Amino acid sequence: MKHIISLLLENEAGALSRVAGLFSARGYNIESLTVAATEDATLSRMTVVTSGSDDVIEQITKQLNKLIDVVKVVDLSEGEHIERELMLVKVRASGKDREEMKRMADIFRGRIIDVTDKTYTIELTGTGAKLDAFLEALEEGVVLETVRTGASGIGRGERILRV
Amino acid sequence: MELTGAEILMRCLAEEGVEYIFGYPGGAVLHIYDELFKQDRVKHILVRHEQAAVHAADGYARCTQKPGVCLVTSGPGVTNAITGIATAYMDSIPLVVVTGQVPTHAIGQDAFQEVDAIGISRPCVKHNFLVKDVKQLAETMKKAFFIATTGRPGPVLVDIPKDVSSDRCEYAYPASVTLRSYNPVVKGHSGQIRKALGLLLEARRPMLYTGGGVVLGDAAPELAHLVHQLGFPCTNTLMGLGGFPATDPQFLGMLGMHGTYEANMAMQHCDVLLAVGARFDDRVIGNPKHFFQEDRRIIHIDIDPSSISKRVKVDVPIVGDVREVLTELSRQIAASAQQTDTAAVKAWWTQIELWRARDCLKFDRTSAVIKPQAVVEKLYQITGGDAIVTSDVGQHQMWAAQFYKFDKPRRWLNSGGLGTMGVGLPYAMGACLAHPGATVACVTGEASIQMCIQELSTCKQYHLPIKIINLNNRYMGMVRQWQEFFHGNRYAESYMDALPDFVKLAESYGHVGMRIDKPADVEPALREAFALRDRLVFMDFITDQTENVFPMVPGGKGLSEMILV
Repeated sequence: MKHIISLLLENEAGALSRVAGLFSARGYNIESLTVAATEDATLSRMTVVTSGSDDVIEQITKQLNKLIDVVKVVDLSEGEHIERELMLVKVRASGKDREEMKRMADIFRGRIIDVTDKTYTIELTGTGAKLDAFLEALEEGVVLETVRTGASGIGRGERILRV
Repeated sequence: MELTGAEILMRCLAEEGVEYIFGYPGGAVLHIYDELFKQDRVKHILVRHEQAAVHAADGYARCTQKPGVCLVTSGPGVTNAITGIATAYMDSIPLVVVTGQVPTHAIGQDAFQEVDAIGISRPCVKHNFLVKDVKQLAETMKKAFFIATTGRPGPVLVDIPKDVSSDRCEYAYPASVTLRSYNPVVKGHSGQIRKALGLLLEARRPMLYTGGGVVLGDAAPELAHLVHQLGFPCTNTLMGLGGFPATDPQFLGMLGMHGTYEANMAMQHCDVLLAVGARFDDRVIGNPKHFFQEDRRIIHIDIDPSSISKRVKVDVPIVGDVREVLTELSRQIAASAQQTDTAAVKAWWTQIELWRARDCLKFDRTSAVIKPQAVVEKLYQITGGDAIVTSDVGQHQMWAAQFYKFDKPRRWLNSGGLGTMGVGLPYAMGACLAHPGATVACVTGEASIQMCIQELSTCKQYHLPIKIINLNNRYMGMVRQWQEFFHGNRYAESYMDALPDFVKLAESYGHVGMRIDKPADVEPALREAFALRDRLVFMDFITDQTENVFPMVPGGKGLSEMILV
């Protein structure tokens, strides 16, 4: 099952590689991993999307907690949470396809952020599943390039992750 | 007053009460060696290869309650040290490894003797630090010792660039250090301990299985108290030997791949298992699916939450310091109105005694060639069970574990987790330095001993009177045994050809060498060697080439599916 794990870690050189190294050394999956500094400059916030049985997920959270640079770990999937990912997608948009592409972007609440005679670049935000659905909905061959950030997650309601 | 990084490092080591530092100099650590030269608080032991520096520090740590400290240069100094670091990491041994690094401005330039020490060591250290500014050095050293020695212990590497060791700053050693991300649990959860108590008191076929955590947690007296209080059987892992007295009638011997019949059968068939500071690894429980064919409740005490429910799902996890938890458990048992089920436990002991009567460690005592088991048995008798015994890895290691009865903790030093050949001699060096005057025996084989044989020179320099028991069967015995059992007797590259004359070799290093090839000479030779209290004696025992270690749980098999003699 897919899990979305949030971490607070010391904002220090090498902290990211400790986490990434742990996943590869122990054979855990990483579907995506995002990391950036937080409002507290000494901390980074990381979101890891992974999958595995309950036993594996338990080990992942325990092993992450064991890393000295990791301050807090929470498995967001254990409760209500919000997940968002940003995708930039460059598509072929010429002739009669141009209007259709604009409509598709609108339907998915995407924004066209760059235009040429032959292409649109669309910005789309949502859950990973929504971004997948958008790509699915496009006609074959129109996608020229995609770039995705991987998911960021946050607990719903008043649940907060901080030191 | 401003001090250089090298001076600060020396002050930090002195503050931490470091007695010995095991090391090897090189370009990146010259400032540090210069300071080492100028002081006399910390004694430096010059090894002949960096791997041995780490092993010796590791051996020192294993037989004391103190962290081992080593110092190596950048590049090859670091890479040579890695085997030692990984060995300590697998067995949770506290070490502080100081490594030199190229100057900060040269990092990343592929400088001479540059290696990414932080990256290369990351998977096999508890933590590591690159000190980029001399102002961080004192606090980093404090953190390194704190992390290495608390919680589940482990090696910590501190990488010091050459310019950092010559830069100056004001020095103040912090009295204590706190890390917001690192607060090991000490006290066990009282509700969980109560649950454990309930299970233990209702047990009909109870079993205690204890590991290295009891030794590292200095909990041997508390464990013995609990085992006697309950009247239950107890087994130790390879790493846990000495955690419970081997001569105690409640001891069933070591368990696992080469454990005793009674320990493995009791482990498989118990209905309540109390695991203490052990981690259910593959060499201990064999095939986990087979282990779970029997229904049993498991209580697991460990300081590391990630050791719990890793390979085996447990019913009552207790995270905490083993000594604290065992003390609390004993207190609750004493206070409990309920007693253990003595009738059921008595019947269980009757069963265990039947298993024990199988005499699984028997061997041919009339053989015309020296049986390796007989050598270890004699070693035990002659040293009165009072030696610190180190071993390397292979058959000789298993025979030492099976036939030397350890009644006290920190007397048995071996590489259990990583299984590193070559540790025996440097471990013995660490033990000799830690306990001057103690009897230190290194039980090894002709293959393992050659992996760190250069340390005979270090032993000469520092007058370390180690007794080396070389069980020489002219084979990598354990490899040969597996090839005999599982690879149709095809002994691929497991022979030892072109062996040196170990007697002459020992003599050339200035030690005493002995060659023993008759069973009748074993005891007199051992007596003669141990009488030479101030000399290193290399005893080359020419042993039975085809002797195997029994019992044996073949890889992938269940714990009760042993091959017996």
